[in-house]
Amino acid sequence: MSKIGHLVLIDIFKNKIVLIYAIVLLIITWSVFMLEDTSGKGLLTLLNVVLLVVPLMSLLFSTIYLYNSAEFIELLVSQPVKRQQIWLSLYFGLSLSLAGAFVVATIIPLLLFCSLAQALMMTITGFAVTLVFISLGFVASIVSRDKAKGIGIAILMWLYFALLFDGLVLFLLFQFAEYPIEKPMVILSIFSPLDLARINNLMQMDAAALMGYTGAVFKQYFGSGLGLYITGFAMLLWVIVPLFISTRIFKRRDL
Amino acid sequence: MQNIYVLILFLLFSLSTSAAKVLYVGEKQQFNAIKPAIESAMDGDSVIVMGGFYKEGNIVINKSISLIGVNRPIIDGDRRYEVITIKKDFVSISGFKIQHSGYATLDDPGGIKINGANHVTITNNILYDNFFGVYIQMGKHCLIKNNKISAISKAEQQIGNGIHCWKSDSLQIIGNEISGHRDGIYFEFVTHSVVWRNLSHDNIRYGLHFMFSNDDSYFTNYFKQNGAGVAVMFTKNVTMMNNTFEDNWGDAAYGLLLKEISDSNISGNRFINNTTGIYMEGTSRIWLDKNLFRENGWGIKIMASCMDNSLRKNDFYSNSFDVSTNGNVVLNHFEGNYWDRYHGYDLNKDGIGDVTYHPLSMFGVVVEKMPSAMLLHRSFFITLLDNSEKVLPSLTPSNFEDKFPSIKPSLI
Repeated sequence: MSKIGHLVLIDIFKNKIVLIYAIVLLIITWSVFMLEDTSGKGLLTLLNVVLLVVPLMSLLFSTIYLYNSAEFIELLVSQPVKRQQIWLSLYFGLSLSLAGAFVVATIIPLLLFCSLAQALMMTITGFAVTLVFISLGFVASIVSRDKAKGIGIAILMWLYFALLFDGLVLFLLFQFAEYPIEKPMVILSIFSPLDLARINNLMQMDAAALMGYTGAVFKQYFGSGLGLYITGFAMLLWVIVPLFISTRIFKRRDL
Repeated sequence: MQNIYVLILFLLFSLSTSAAKVLYVGEKQQFNAIKPAIESAMDGDSVIVMGGFYKEGNIVINKSISLIGVNRPIIDGDRRYEVITIKKDFVSISGFKIQHSGYATLDDPGGIKINGANHVTITNNILYDNFFGVYIQMGKHCLIKNNKISAISKAEQQIGNGIHCWKSDSLQIIGNEISGHRDGIYFEFVTHSVVWRNLSHDNIRYGLHFMFSNDDSYFTNYFKQNGAGVAVMFTKNVTMMNNTFEDNWGDAAYGLLLKEISDSNISGNRFINNTTGIYMEGTSRIWLDKNLFRENGWGIKIMASCMDNSLRKNDFYSNSFDVSTNGNVVLNHFEGNYWDRYHGYDLNKDGIGDVTYHPLSMFGVVVEKMPSAMLLHRSFFITLLDNSEKVLPSLTPSNFEDKFPSIKPSLI
């Protein structure tokens, strides 16, 4: 596994896109903290990057990368290595490079301009979001042999998690406004990794507006140690479940 | 003519003999306790207390004397008595450390209680761990200046107020530091008074709390980290200028809570990092000028019961929500405020934006109706909705607007 992972890593570094991604992130992070007059605003801008750019990049890059390495994968399959090992090595290589790029690019300005808790939360969620969306990208690329369809699915996934899901939540809120829906809402947020990332980061920064009765319920969940464990566990599931599904399909696929 | 000079000389002579008596209290002094010194003092005398520890139960001052502490003598209430009770006009107390008053909910013992006395001056004392710090009831023209009043925070019902004023008039509360009490400064039926340059922080309930107290002014005070901020209720003709309300954080905490207030002027104040900067309910004819709202959850919450308030030249920065309301009727006037979210332009460069600004965000309205929608705070989807709402208001009242938003902040 480590050998193939190593090969994948070298291949990714060779095409330099990850390097440019890291540099872009670095520039964005430094500039948001330099330009905005308060660190809170910079952090919010960075949160938007984590919620929009990072998932899009992770999804598209991993999907396209997998389609482009179809021949390389076929070559590997002909060798005496387990398919599962090939697939997981690919995941390992991709996630290490992209998540590594994110952490390297953002950690220093974050630590310099924000509190330790804020910096850690932002870095960890960015890291986790990368892993989750690469995992989803693996599903998108394995579902169909058609490249256009696969990339289309990836983009739709991004649209769903970045936009549609919150619209859906708002719709449900309006529909069930008469009921005590605070707790179901908290549970609902587990179904979107981006919502989990957003709420956990907000808990670290401008929790002011999150106060009040609802805020108390949220804080009870997301602000407590238990909430952090649940969030972490949910994120882990968001990585493992799609990866498991794609591995299963890859194992049985007639290439 | 000659007679008048003689008369004046005689008067001066008589004054100097009768009023200049000074009594000393302390070790190896004329008196070794405060009570006997007060007993033998006459109106107009001074009692000078040397540094030391005095535990004499309840000291009642019923003569117009000056009680002056040298080297900060400590007067201890033994946690049973009211430490000093003032029952006569023209008393002054300065330079003491007054501590450990009793605790009783019936007669509210305080470190210093002014009971129906006028022209009392209390300066430069330290009041520590008393049930009430300074308690003024039915006092007029009293001056409370440069005292440090602190208590160890307990539950709300176990501690009294720092400076408690009831049914008084023409008080001056200046330069005190109050912490750890229930309310820092409490006014009830207090009129024509001024509260100036006080620092009130870390009190359990309100930093400043006043009710039924009209014609009062509050200048340059600092209210920080109080359990519920500052509350102003059932009052008119109040002036609040250049105060700072900071870090009042929590479920029911407000920088400034206005309830049933009218004809008042609130200007030049700074509201920083509060859950809600100003909360207005049943408030009318108030001028809110040149205030700064920065990094609050809500800058201002104006409930639908408010009317004819005018908000001009205020600066709104980095608040999660600048303004919020719960109704559709707009009876308040916004003009010339600076909004950091304003995206309009100013073609003729007169400093006034050419495009009307709608300070009410759609999400703010939704959250006001359904607090659990807060779950979607800072979501990209909500930002999109908010932006389209700004251009074409549908959910928010379209006349809730600032027609002449300022391009530049009026204060920095």
